Amino acid sequence: MFNVCADPSTLTEFFWVICYLTTAKHFAFYVSFLVVLMLLAIAAPLSLLFGFIAAIGTRSSNWIIQIFSKSYINMVRGIPDVVFFLFVPLALDQFFEFIRHKIICFDVVEPIWQGTDFVVCKSAKLPLSTAELWVHQLYAFTLALIAFAIVFGAFAGNVLSGAMRAVPKTQTETGAAFGFTQKQTFWRILVPQMWIYAIPGLSNLWMILIKATPLLFLLGVEDIVYWARELGGSKTSMYAYPHPDWRVYYFAGLLVFYLLMTWASSKVLKRLQIKLSKGQATMAGKELQGY
Amino acid sequence: MSSCWATLQDYGLRSIGIGERILPKIDITICEQVVLIGSGLIWNIYFGIIAVFFGFWFSIILAVGKNHKLALFRIPSESIIFVFRGSPLFIQFFFAYEFFVLLPKVGIEFDLGFITLSAETRWLTRAWLGGLIVLFFNTAAYSAEIFYGAIRSVSSGELEAAEAYGITGWSKFWRIIWPSMLRLAWPSYTNEAIFLFHATSLIFFSGFPAWRQSGDALYYANYFADKTFNPFLPYPIAAMYFILLTLVIISIFGVANKYLNRHLDVEQRAKIQISINILR
Repeated sequence: MFNVCADPSTLTEFFWVICYLTTAKHFAFYVSFLVVLMLLAIAAPLSLLFGFIAAIGTRSSNWIIQIFSKSYINMVRGIPDVVFFLFVPLALDQFFEFIRHKIICFDVVEPIWQGTDFVVCKSAKLPLSTAELWVHQLYAFTLALIAFAIVFGAFAGNVLSGAMRAVPKTQTETGAAFGFTQKQTFWRILVPQMWIYAIPGLSNLWMILIKATPLLFLLGVEDIVYWARELGGSKTSMYAYPHPDWRVYYFAGLLVFYLLMTWASSKVLKRLQIKLSKGQATMAGKELQGY
Repeated sequence: MSSCWATLQDYGLRSIGIGERILPKIDITICEQVVLIGSGLIWNIYFGIIAVFFGFWFSIILAVGKNHKLALFRIPSESIIFVFRGSPLFIQFFFAYEFFVLLPKVGIEFDLGFITLSAETRWLTRAWLGGLIVLFFNTAAYSAEIFYGAIRSVSSGELEAAEAYGITGWSKFWRIIWPSMLRLAWPSYTNEAIFLFHATSLIFFSGFPAWRQSGDALYYANYFADKTFNPFLPYPIAAMYFILLTLVIISIFGVANKYLNRHLDVEQRAKIQISINILR
């Protein structure tokens, strides 16, 4: 990056460190932190949406929808989330390729599952084998994102359906007494009031989501864990910057990164909770008013 | 059916190194998947039980420490709890593994040829000890936060009554705070135990190598998904085992919960419900 770095073997210790930390690979490492933040930024609203839909589903009068949503939000209680993170991307990938195979290569008669192989025609592959590297990475990231949204949607569904149940019955009954339709009561009374009951659960969920982001590594995304292993591994003198096994320092760095993230989040969420409690008919709200 | 019995004999204890060495590679049957993934569950149960048992006692120490007036006791407890609850377990495993890998090199510098020490540090890089240590600290930190909250919510009337009878110090803790604390914390602690058992499935994906392909349930599920290109069978099998495990944990902890609540009226008793608050 800098001109001084042209020949690392001649550098003094100080410049060696500067040059070492600004190699192209280290920039990829820094970018991967942004990938984590991006995952958080997209997965959080997406899973909230999934959870909201599921929570509505559990209140549905249609029993098929009800059973489906209930099993969706309850499955995460009995099954480790890692199982979903390994299963969902693979299953989705096969599903997409299967559909594309049926549409694009409808003339191929051989079965897709041949013994232990999953064979789709070349033009049905996702992404195409001719595609550039970033397309492959984007595809892996998208699959990972869907997996996160599905798992955390189920968690959010738990929180939100609990919050909907926590809104005092008198509130919705008052709505009905004023002649609101069920839809109106739901959107104008229940939904605006449920958030204060959902906030502790959702804050907790946000922390869990932060702590689940390193699992991106399992999904084949070149994330911070991948780069920490890659960069920290011992480098022989074949490399420009030879060094012994430094992975432990890289992982210590990641530990600090996550501790900072969760610490800052907990501060912000605490403030948010105080703010939202204002004017609410809850104990916290009354304390704020000085009762 | 008889061939499935043979599979059970070959692979039933494969995860702990007993039976057929070579894993099935071609013509993988459903029976082989069910048996081998179930065999892997032995590891999850091993990690879970030992970590929960030892972590329980350590977490009580941490909880009491966090509640202590003296900063000398409070700050170490708070730091351990903060570090292990504030960072991902996955990263903790990686960090611990790399840390343990470096250990023998440090030891050799000082006492070359001192065999016992190098042998001991080598075990730390194996999942059965290294992974277990991380899980132990992790569950202790999460449980400590639960028990800390429970200690804080022991009713002050009980404490005053104890003091009025002259019960103080150590015996106040053991005879008054301890039973109430356990009773109040138990439903949350059950959840902690459930999610700890779930978390054991991370170990073999996080640096700790599976020695001679002896892994946990998810390790074998992943193996089959890789070999057959069909994720729709092994992962649901693993999921089923974990649901069963969860049910067993709930029923065992439920018995303890009943015991802890035995002096209360039925409607006052705490019920165990799985909530997702303790997930790591």
